[in-house]
This record gives sequence, C-alpha cells and structure tokens, in this order.
Amino acid sequence: MAQRRAIGKLFTHLALLVGVFFMFIPLAWTISSSLKPAGDIYLFPPKWIPDPFRWVNYAEAVTQIPFWRYLGNTTIITLTSIFGKVLSVTLVAYAFARLQWWGRDFFFVIMLATMMLPPHVTLIPQFIIFKELGWIDTFLPLIVPQYFGGPYLTFLARQFFLTIPRDLDDAARIDGCSSWGVFWKIIMPMSTPVIAMVVIFTFNGQWNEFLNALVYLQNSRNFTLALGLRMFQGEAAASWHLLMAASLLTMLPVLVLFFAAQKYFIQGVVFTGVKQ
Amino acid sequence: MLASLGLAFTEWDLITPAKFVGLNNFQTMLNDALVGQSLKVTILYALTSVPLNIFFGLVIALLLNANIIGLRFYRTAYYLPSVLSGVAVALLWRWLFSPEFGLINQTLAMVGITGPSWLGDQNWALPSLVLMSVWSVGAGAIIYLAGLQGIPTELYEAAEVDGAQGLQRLWLITLPLMTPVLFFQLVVGIINALQVFTQAYIMTSGGPNNATLFVILYLYQNAFVYQRMGFASALAWVVFTLILVLTLLIYRSSTSWVFYEGESRKS
Repeated sequence: MAQRRAIGKLFTHLALLVGVFFMFIPLAWTISSSLKPAGDIYLFPPKWIPDPFRWVNYAEAVTQIPFWRYLGNTTIITLTSIFGKVLSVTLVAYAFARLQWWGRDFFFVIMLATMMLPPHVTLIPQFIIFKELGWIDTFLPLIVPQYFGGPYLTFLARQFFLTIPRDLDDAARIDGCSSWGVFWKIIMPMSTPVIAMVVIFTFNGQWNEFLNALVYLQNSRNFTLALGLRMFQGEAAASWHLLMAASLLTMLPVLVLFFAAQKYFIQGVVFTGVKQ
Repeated sequence: MLASLGLAFTEWDLITPAKFVGLNNFQTMLNDALVGQSLKVTILYALTSVPLNIFFGLVIALLLNANIIGLRFYRTAYYLPSVLSGVAVALLWRWLFSPEFGLINQTLAMVGITGPSWLGDQNWALPSLVLMSVWSVGAGAIIYLAGLQGIPTELYEAAEVDGAQGLQRLWLITLPLMTPVLFFQLVVGIINALQVFTQAYIMTSGGPNNATLFVILYLYQNAFVYQRMGFASALAWVVFTLILVLTLLIYRSSTSWVFYEGESRKS
C-alpha cells in the first residue's frame, strides 16, 4: 500500500513537471530569443543557449521605439488609475457597507446589475462623450473612468468591510470620530488585503490595457507601452530578437509585482473565484 | 455622494446607447455576412477554449491537491503565465507560431513533421488562439485547488469506509462538491471569451480570410476604422444580448447539475 502510494506520488510529480515544462517553454524561448544575435534566431535546429549572450539587444530595443517615453506614459496612467480606483472603490464600498442612506439597497442591486454589462457596450457612448469633452489624445479617457469605482471590486470591498466588527466603529464614534474618521482610522487600516487586491487588479489591467489606448491615443508621443509594442511590430517585423526584448521589458514590472505580492495575487483570485 | 455619482455614471451608460440603436442598423446586420462570421468565430472559440481551460485547470488542481511536496513551487509555476497578458503576450505567441522560424514548427521539423502555418492558415488560426488561451490555465487551477481544499476530509473517509475507489470518490464526491465553483468559472470564462480583442488584433488582424474575426474586433473596425458608430453600437447590443442569453441558459441549466451543500439531491 505504502509502495503504491509512493509510486502514485511519483507519477503526480511527473505529470506536474511535464505541465510546468510546457508552461515555461514559451517564456524561456522568448528570453532566449531576446538575447541572440540577429542571425541566430533563424537557425535550425533551434539553439536554446544564446552564444554570445547579446545583452545589447535590450539597449537597441529601447532606442528603436521611444521606450522610456512610453514607459513614462504607461506609468503615469497606471499610477493615477490605481490612486483613483482605490479611493473610489473603498469610499463607495464604505457607503454601501456602513452608512445609512435613502435607496442604498436599491442602488446596490443596480450596481451589481452593471457587472453583467461588458465594457465594450459602453465603449462607443463613452468615446462620444470624451470626444465632446475634447479629451481625445489625452490620458484622461484612460484615467478618469477609474475614479468612478467599478462594480466588481466595489462589491468585493463591501463584502470585506462587512467582516470588520462594528464595535470598532462604535468605539471610534464614542471617541468623537465622524464617518470620515471611521473610514480613515478604522476601516482603511484594517483592509490591507482588499486594498492590495484593488491595487493589483488595477495595475495589471491598466498596464496591459490596449483597446482604450488604441481608441483614444493618436499622437505617437502619447502612446503607452502596449501601443508602442504594436507600432514596433509593424516597423520591425523581421527583428524578432529586439521585439522579444521589448516585450519582456514590458512584462517585467508585472513579473516583479507578481513575485513581490504573490500572496495577494493568489488571495485575490481565490476570493473572486470561490466566494462569488 | 461619490457613491451616487459613481452609480449615476454606470446607470447612465446603460441608457445612452439606446439613442443610437435604430432598426436600420439591425436590418443591415442581417444582410452583413461578416456579422454572422464574427459571431460564429467568437462562439466557436468560447465553446472550445472554455471547456479546455476548465478541464486542464481541474486536472492540475487535482494533482496539486494530492498532498504533495513542492506545492508552492508548482502553484507559482502554473499561475505565473496567467498574470501576463496584453500585447507583449500576443507578440510572444506570434513568434512561437511563426511558420518558418517559430519554436513550434522548428520542433515539429526536428521530428520530421512540416507544421501548418498556424496563424497564417485559415483552418489553424482559430485553434492556435485556443491553444494560446490554455497557457492561462493556472488562474482557474488555483481557484479549483482552493475549492478542493474546502471539501471536508470526513466525506472521503466515510466513502472509504463504504468501499469507494479512487475514481468513484472523484466522481461521487469531488466533482459534485466542485460544481458551484465550476459553474462560476464557466460563466466568467464564457463572458471573457466573448470579449477577445487584443490577441486577434495583434496576431491575425482577424484573418486569414476572416477566420479569426472576433466580434469585438469587428465592432472596433466598424466604430473606429469605418466610422459606423451606430452600426457598431447595435453590434455591441447583440454581444450584450448574447452574453445575457448564454448566462441565463447556463444559470437555468445549473439547477440540474450544480450542487450546493446543505441541499438534498432530488433524483
């Protein structure tokens, strides 16, 4: 029996490792390609270890497109979006979880209903509104909507706030805190997991956002990294080694965030997937 | 106050498109073969990529749940690709699928097979994108794993006493208890699959011969390339209706296959 168990475990590991192999191959191949001299990426049979390691590919990739400029643009959009999202999501969730106001439950149901609405349905009316406002070719259409919360994250934050004991609110109120005070001094400091989740979701979403950037940003000075990569693809169809280097650089911040905050990534995905 | 502002925003978005929807657009749509094609492509993609992702996600989760050493390593390894998305990933896969120099065809060539031209072949382009979608299987796997870990061990012990074998336990205990999670993932998966855009735009531009003309890509082209805002809006509502109908259908069907704990099974 024990022997059968051990053999079973061995097979489990084997199956899992085969899977891991396939998960990593695409990234490994990209890294390998990004470090090869131009001619070597077309060699057959494919060479896995670049010889020599051509680190200068990365330096070339960032000069072929205004990489730093696009990095700056993407960073500005992402950071201001995160700020707005955290602020609006937590405030709205706080209003739903703690404050008493007329029509609260009714509006909550409406908000849940908008979760069903795919963003692409609102794409066109939003475009027309932003055009009327004269915001085309600015970052505003990408950032401002983030300051209006979002049903999904608001719902999650509300659920989380409901788990914070009300006694704490009451104690703070007796000590003279207003609703604002309770929000800043009690609710927010106790909500690190859910705030981390909002930050991660917003970061990942905005860093890689493509459709809206494509629709709203026209002057190539305003491009984000996603648009820059797309432009690079058009210009340098043959220089795959440089294209892969630029792609990897674009993915790097997400990878760093993933390894730094893996716990919150997993918590977030489990929370959204299992708790519904 | 911010709350009502935020709500007003979303609610108002619900209403504004109405004024652009005219019956004319829907009539044009009926005569536009590309609308049918784009819906076909999108649904075909959803019907293949979603089940594949659920199946592999569940298999990985079951393997990980076997009380195994190195769980943290495996979890990270499987989850990592699914946090990556967007244009960079689309480019990465375009390179892998490259007909002459891509890794996939070079590997096939090493064992003497001439691979198809993948994204350039109208029969292979859509399967290529489905294959690519399986790379993100890890997110689902982690959710299933959490679900599996939530199943009380007493149930398995009781089943063992009753003489249930491995597969029977999987079929009679694990899967029924996982159905709520599977149900949720099915709905989310289908909604996401109906909204594919970036991959199609970057990797194939909808081609070859419209084989990957996803409906959101066609919507984008109509709105922002051909400037047919009204038509595109109408198309957006078709997509929305499709999502609504599919969700309702799955929801209706769920009473017969989704099992919630505490509810007794009627048979």
